[in-house]
Amino acid sequence: MNINTTKIISLLFFIFSAFYLYTAYQIQVFSFDENAPFNARTFPIYLGYTGLFFSGLKILLPEPNTIKIDHKNLEYKKTAILVIIAFIYGALILKVGYFLTTSLFLASSYYFLGERRWLLIFLLSFPFVAAFMYLLHGVLDIYLRDPFLKLIGVM
Amino acid sequence: MIEGILIGLKTALTFQNILMVMIGCFFGTIIGMLPGLGPMTAIALMIPITYGFDPATGLILMAGVYYGAVFGGSTSSILLNAPGVPGTVATSFDGYPMAQQGKAGKALAIAAWSSFAGGTLAAIYLLFMAPSLSKVSLSFRSPDYFALMILGLTAIAAFSSKGQFLKAMMMVVLGLMLASVGQDSLSDITRFTFNNMNLTDGISFVLVVMATFAMSEALTIILKRNDPTAAAKQVSLTELGSIRINKEERSKMLKTIPRNSIMGFFIGVLPGAGATIASFLAYGMERNFVNDEEKQKFGKGSVHGLAAPETANNAACSGAFVPLLTLGIPGSGTTAVMLGALLGFGIQPGPRLYITNPEIFWSVIMSMYIGMVILLILNLPLIPYIARILAVPKNYLIPLILFFSITGIYVMSFNNFDIYLMIGIAVVATFMRLYDFPMPPLILAFVLGGLMEENLRRSLLISDGSFDFLWGRPLTLIILLFTISIIGWQIYKSFKK
Repeated sequence: MNINTTKIISLLFFIFSAFYLYTAYQIQVFSFDENAPFNARTFPIYLGYTGLFFSGLKILLPEPNTIKIDHKNLEYKKTAILVIIAFIYGALILKVGYFLTTSLFLASSYYFLGERRWLLIFLLSFPFVAAFMYLLHGVLDIYLRDPFLKLIGVM
Repeated sequence: MIEGILIGLKTALTFQNILMVMIGCFFGTIIGMLPGLGPMTAIALMIPITYGFDPATGLILMAGVYYGAVFGGSTSSILLNAPGVPGTVATSFDGYPMAQQGKAGKALAIAAWSSFAGGTLAAIYLLFMAPSLSKVSLSFRSPDYFALMILGLTAIAAFSSKGQFLKAMMMVVLGLMLASVGQDSLSDITRFTFNNMNLTDGISFVLVVMATFAMSEALTIILKRNDPTAAAKQVSLTELGSIRINKEERSKMLKTIPRNSIMGFFIGVLPGAGATIASFLAYGMERNFVNDEEKQKFGKGSVHGLAAPETANNAACSGAFVPLLTLGIPGSGTTAVMLGALLGFGIQPGPRLYITNPEIFWSVIMSMYIGMVILLILNLPLIPYIARILAVPKNYLIPLILFFSITGIYVMSFNNFDIYLMIGIAVVATFMRLYDFPMPPLILAFVLGGLMEENLRRSLLISDGSFDFLWGRPLTLIILLFTISIIGWQIYKSFKK
């Protein structure tokens, strides 16, 4: 049996299914529902066993076409930076507000992906977000919370 | 039916809805031309925009994006041999050789007219079939629905997984597991929330779609150093030549289009099949229909070889609406996204949809005709101009996709937790994509999870906990036998390998 990444993912899924099944058995149901033909834990229990079945088969069956990935050719650094910027954006959006955080998120993403033309970076972040905000907030009437714009008296 | 058509026309022909069809087709064509970004991403990105509209307008917009993306995918297939969506791979077999012979404009015209005719004929079939099927499906009971959902999930796993059935089934189970998070619909007992208040209402459908498609596709493009916009730059520089189709070519198309529109439509109706399988089957079938002289031209720029898959893939898109509109069960990942959006509007598609919400049912069908006309106008004369818009460097395209995804979640929940959860799911999905774990089965399972549990609950309660409901009705039994044969065949194939 070959040990490759697909099998490792399947093994992780097997462990996840086992944990899901254990948690499913721990779901507290009403006492009158305990012996009912169907209660809140019935479907999750079936799902847990199905997960164990398919991931177990994947682990046991031979894998003739192993997927080989050349990790040297993958751009991990830029991807990780983008994910981190997105996390920071998510953390600040409620406190700082939609306009400023979104504009900064876009500008920094353009920069980290290699763009160096500052005028384009600016035009495709601040005015673009302002126009999009107008579309959502002004035209489509979708509420957007923005403490920063409130603070400077725009909203 | 006449009354329904008039209601549909009245709704579809409002200024706002015509505008939405135009925007949808235009946006779909753009995304469809970009290799790596499919119709599901395009529809997912449109969901936040639909929040401000009524359900009919929202669905019309998403439907426009859907056939726009399939339509647009053919352009990069023909001009660059780089299909924008899997449904247009077969188009490149004869479209690209034709473009290399200096007949790019003609190839695009044949593709555009075939798509138009295929989509329009299929919309007519839908018009006649959907109401009758709705009436038939009123006799469906919970066990039948439960069995149908299992069949749909198994079929999408078998067809969309490119020989990786077990991986696809694992994604189906994962989708159902994600759907089980939150309050139980009947008893209100919370499940798998780990005392986190943010999970009490369950995981949002839009969050899962955005994470597994829009965001994860954007991250995959960066991770693999792909440049989808490079293709568009080349399209904008390509000399198209004449777009006129001569009499001989027209007569060939007239033979090809009707038969492939019927085949494509019925393939689209089948759960899990869709445009990709329809186009490949059409290509193979057409080769058997033509004479030996024409057969020799296949793969070298045959009119039949180009018209057949283009007709079939657009017809399949319309066919995919049949199970969605009549049974409330989507047959593909793309229609699953639409079902999720409709549920978000508080509308339950199904056999009673055309009675309870006739304006939605009929306006979607009517908007298909309008959409086809708009696509014809867009695809032919405007392709070089659309391609120029597309030639936006990926340094801009990727942050914009991430921005639309995060904004979509933000305007829905105003909560940081959902954004973190979305990024987390997107990172896991990106990693799984690298190892060929397909995402459409996960989405379909996530959308169907609640309905499946509900129908299993009813069936088990009626049969007092016994599983004999699975063979109690002939219809349930037939559907289940189909499902078992698909699973058995796929596992047998895995053993054989």
